[in-house]
Amino acid sequence: MKLARFTRPDAWSWSGFDQLSTLRNEINRLFEGSDGNSTDAFNSWAPAMDLYEENDKLTLTVEVPGLKKEDIEISLHENTITISGERRNEKKYGEADVSREERFFGRFTRSLVLPKPVNPEGVKARCQDGLLIVTLPKSEEAKPRQIEIQPS
Amino acid sequence: MNNTVTQETTTPTVEKREQRTQNRGWLQPQVNIVETKDGYALEAEMPGVSKEGLEVLLEANELTIIGRRNLPVKGVQPLYRESYDRDFRRSFELDPAIDTKKITARIENGVLTLELPKAEEIKPRKITVE
Repeated sequence: MKLARFTRPDAWSWSGFDQLSTLRNEINRLFEGSDGNSTDAFNSWAPAMDLYEENDKLTLTVEVPGLKKEDIEISLHENTITISGERRNEKKYGEADVSREERFFGRFTRSLVLPKPVNPEGVKARCQDGLLIVTLPKSEEAKPRQIEIQPS
Repeated sequence: MNNTVTQETTTPTVEKREQRTQNRGWLQPQVNIVETKDGYALEAEMPGVSKEGLEVLLEANELTIIGRRNLPVKGVQPLYRESYDRDFRRSFELDPAIDTKKITARIENGVLTLELPKAEEIKPRKITVE
């Protein structure tokens, strides 16, 4: 599980600074994946996620521009939602010089423990303009309830 | 007061200079730019932007792309936010070899693709000897 979202790679392409690469290794160790494999914090893609809460549902949005729904998998286990997918770098330009390459490509996985229990039957997801939008209806106990005051 | 960031690159590219205005709170979209002998192709990531929210402006030799995000959940503050609550904007100074009348733009799945063909005369061509 990614603890921090990584943003730009070029800030870290230093050369000739040995002390800094030791620092980098230390920081990478902090971000080791839960399955025991070391995930390099500075080289992988972690798309941004936002979580909204309303009275009857939670909404999760993930920024995945360029992806289609076939490239994304969503799974819900108890109260943890996991979203993973892959963005392929299609070489559409043939013989070309790359002037600038800032976009990320490759696999990603994000997990989030939901703060309220949800009803898995009613979960819906759609892709809109490069945003994955997952709506998770809250289970009955989680919805706020009005409490009546008894007349005395 | 504007703060301009000037970037000098050693190889000729689409943008020779990018401007960022600090006060307006824009986010620069990530771009990929490739150059072929026929022109340039630029891809900019603007999640949440549809065709209606997109503006591509050309002024003299400067191309500006603006993407206004369409929020999927309105009126609610997020519990947890990693995205930047800003619209996208980025400017590029164009290589004079580009034929600005032939620039095309399309946006799909939050990715803007611009094709900037080079003008015909600039491409290397053979001159026949009489």
